[in-house]
Amino acid sequence: MVPVEYYIILSAVLFTIGVAGVLIRRNALIIFMSIELMLNAANLAIVAFSSVIKSYSGQIFVFFVIAVAAAEVAVGLALIVEIFKSKRSIDVDQMSSLKG
Amino acid sequence: MSGDLILFLILSLVAIATALGMLLSRNAVYSALFLVLNFITVAVFYLLLGAPFIAMAQITVYAGAIMVLFLFVIMLLGAESLPKGDALPWQKPLAATLAIILAVEATYLLVTKARPAGDILAPEGSVNAMESIRQLGMSLFSDYLLPFEVTSVVLLVAMVGAIVLTKKEKGEQK
Repeated sequence: MVPVEYYIILSAVLFTIGVAGVLIRRNALIIFMSIELMLNAANLAIVAFSSVIKSYSGQIFVFFVIAVAAAEVAVGLALIVEIFKSKRSIDVDQMSSLKG
Repeated sequence: MSGDLILFLILSLVAIATALGMLLSRNAVYSALFLVLNFITVAVFYLLLGAPFIAMAQITVYAGAIMVLFLFVIMLLGAESLPKGDALPWQKPLAATLAIILAVEATYLLVTKARPAGDILAPEGSVNAMESIRQLGMSLFSDYLLPFEVTSVVLLVAMVGAIVLTKKEKGEQK
């Protein structure tokens, strides 16, 4: 028996580590991985809440989130490959072509 | 202290340690491998919460497909680590402060305001694993049939998008 608060706190901690990764790192791939970590933390919270209310709708929602995350990764990594081809770097600090 | 709680505490330590390892390691390949371990740990949490189907989907889709794609792109680009550049000097302390503020806020609000009605999880009280997967499938193909079909369109669009983004234009040099 684990209180649901523990899962929620763990989910918040993992989400925060993901946010810190997006803020601190400059490698676009690491930033992308941090986004995946945040999605995962949110999924964990959803499943925890859904098992408290004894309903399957939360699990189905998480299933859709996983499917959309897979689609997002396919498109995002294609974009990163294209950026690398044109700039020879995936440092986000150097992606400033649109800077005014 | 029950067995579930001990398991949860050990696994949450592993999850947080691997997430920090992902965040802090210099080499992107190590980051990806840490993240695989983190995803597998979260899959065990899903099992503890009585969601075996989501746990298996987590392992096959995240730890399997998505992270293989990540590792493939890291090795394709040869971008394991960035050269030491002139990062903003105040970026790291500011980001750490903001992250800690977010952690405190999120934990406080989720625990106090979003407190669900039943407060104790009882995984052993739930129906057995096969029954829960059966009910999930029934509900996915009856109540949630339209979102399920739309998901297949989303995946198709992502596939076409990835191909269009990476393929060479006709007549493009190089």
